[in-house]
Amino acid sequence: MRSVAALQAHDLTLAWQDEVIVEGASFSLVRGELVCLVGRSGSGKTTLFHALAGLIEPVGGRVLLNGADVTGRPGQVSYMLQKDLLLPERRLLDNVALPLLAKGMGKKEARARAAALLPEFGLEGAERAYPHQLSGGMRQRAALLRTLLMDDEVILMDEPFSALDALTRATMRGWFVDRLTAHGSTAMLITHDVDEALSVADRILVLAKPGLRGAATIVGEVVVDAPRDSREAYLLSPAALDAKRKVLALLSWPSVEERSGDASPQLSEEGARVRL
Amino acid sequence: MNEEPIETLEPFSRSHHRDAKRRIRRSVRAIVPCLAVATLLGLWQLVCTLHLVPSFMLPSPMQVLDALLADGELLAAHGAVTLAEALMGLAGGVALGFLIAVAMERFFLVDAALSPLITISQTIPTVAVAPLLVLWFGYDMLPKVLLVVLTTFFPITVALASGFRSVDPDAIDLLRTMGMGRWRIFRYAKLPAAADSFFSGLLMAAAYAVVAAVVAEWLGGFEGLGVYMTRVRKSYDYDSLFAAVAIISGVSLLLMVIVKALRYGCMPWKRRGSAVMTEEGKDA
Repeated sequence: MRSVAALQAHDLTLAWQDEVIVEGASFSLVRGELVCLVGRSGSGKTTLFHALAGLIEPVGGRVLLNGADVTGRPGQVSYMLQKDLLLPERRLLDNVALPLLAKGMGKKEARARAAALLPEFGLEGAERAYPHQLSGGMRQRAALLRTLLMDDEVILMDEPFSALDALTRATMRGWFVDRLTAHGSTAMLITHDVDEALSVADRILVLAKPGLRGAATIVGEVVVDAPRDSREAYLLSPAALDAKRKVLALLSWPSVEERSGDASPQLSEEGARVRL
Repeated sequence: MNEEPIETLEPFSRSHHRDAKRRIRRSVRAIVPCLAVATLLGLWQLVCTLHLVPSFMLPSPMQVLDALLADGELLAAHGAVTLAEALMGLAGGVALGFLIAVAMERFFLVDAALSPLITISQTIPTVAVAPLLVLWFGYDMLPKVLLVVLTTFFPITVALASGFRSVDPDAIDLLRTMGMGRWRIFRYAKLPAAADSFFSGLLMAAAYAVVAAVVAEWLGGFEGLGVYMTRVRKSYDYDSLFAAVAIISGVSLLLMVIVKALRYGCMPWKRRGSAVMTEEGKDA
């Protein structure tokens, strides 16, 4: 299964206003895989996503899509930014149909294709509503549907649940993963919540700074060894706790090792709380 | 047993109360300006009736009304000319303002070169420009229309330029990830984002348009309310002068009402009173 890499980041170095933020980041996404990118605030997760989406030119390195170089070329990878970004002057149906119009499809056909998917996304009856008339959850679902209609092989999602309240967030998370699985999407998702990563991802990549200063890089990965549909039970298992411990250790790497004097990662307060 | 109906009724009564409050507020907003104008006219009439100010210096509202009725046909004929100049000039101003704003948005050099020039153009007094325009283009409609264009393009340019800048940069990024180029990003994100400020600019431009046409006529011409005003002023017929002023104000207000109606028609997403949809029955 791991043979075909849909998206590859090859030794990416990224800068923002002349300051190198990410250095030498390399990883790949396998077709159909859901990978979470975890990192502290300000570690460069969004900058990395912007580079993968072709919105910024990297200082060094390449982005490959199915082996083809797409570095600095937007329009190849679907990207769901942190905000829902529904255009306020367009009705819901026209908002979700936007990627189809962008690809040159006729208005009528684009609307028909988008309308057919509205029920699956719990948006039927809201076709003619303007974004400000929709609830937070509906806006987020509309944004996801719009992202899926971009019809690209790989989807990037930057903290898609951050604008939602805790309860809606939990419901939405499961629902999102179901939709991505149903559509066979290859997706990468940013989060800074390790529990969230463990409940949705097949694999977790950790972006962190190897030293106290300097640029961040992919310091390691943790494979979540549980099917996507049995995560509730998995989250309560010792395996999940172990995975979480690994992710947290990578996040605080190398300071934990340096402090404790041995290579085995320590449980942070957050980890201990889960054990209770 | 009593608790349930109270619980279900309370939100209803609360929202009902809020609706009533909103209705009262809306009526107050409609009535108060009318009362303010009526009070001012009443005071003005009182000052004149009590001869606190001699009538050759300030005619009373009733005298103005008499002049308006007596000279009605002539005023209408002159008013039609002024309105035509104002509308043509406004259309030209909107077109010019739009072109300049788009060019400034698209080309950095145009923005850098034109920004100071446009600002300076607005510091030149209209009364200084109008005689020049008359000298260059004669006593017909053209110099008047041009003066209206020069007066009205500015608020349009400024409003559109700031509207284009107001677009969320993330929205532009999103459209770029959809593979949209510069023109389509302009069409889908920047243009709609500027709609609100465009109509604010248009409202100001509409308010200036008639006045600019009158000023141009005042400084040279054969027809229009400005010409009418210079004639009646020379004969100290201030009743008629005020009647012309009343028409100018009326026409300007009418234009502004039309702009507001246009804004309402063109921007359905900004209308108030549209309920927020809930998740009820959606997550089932």
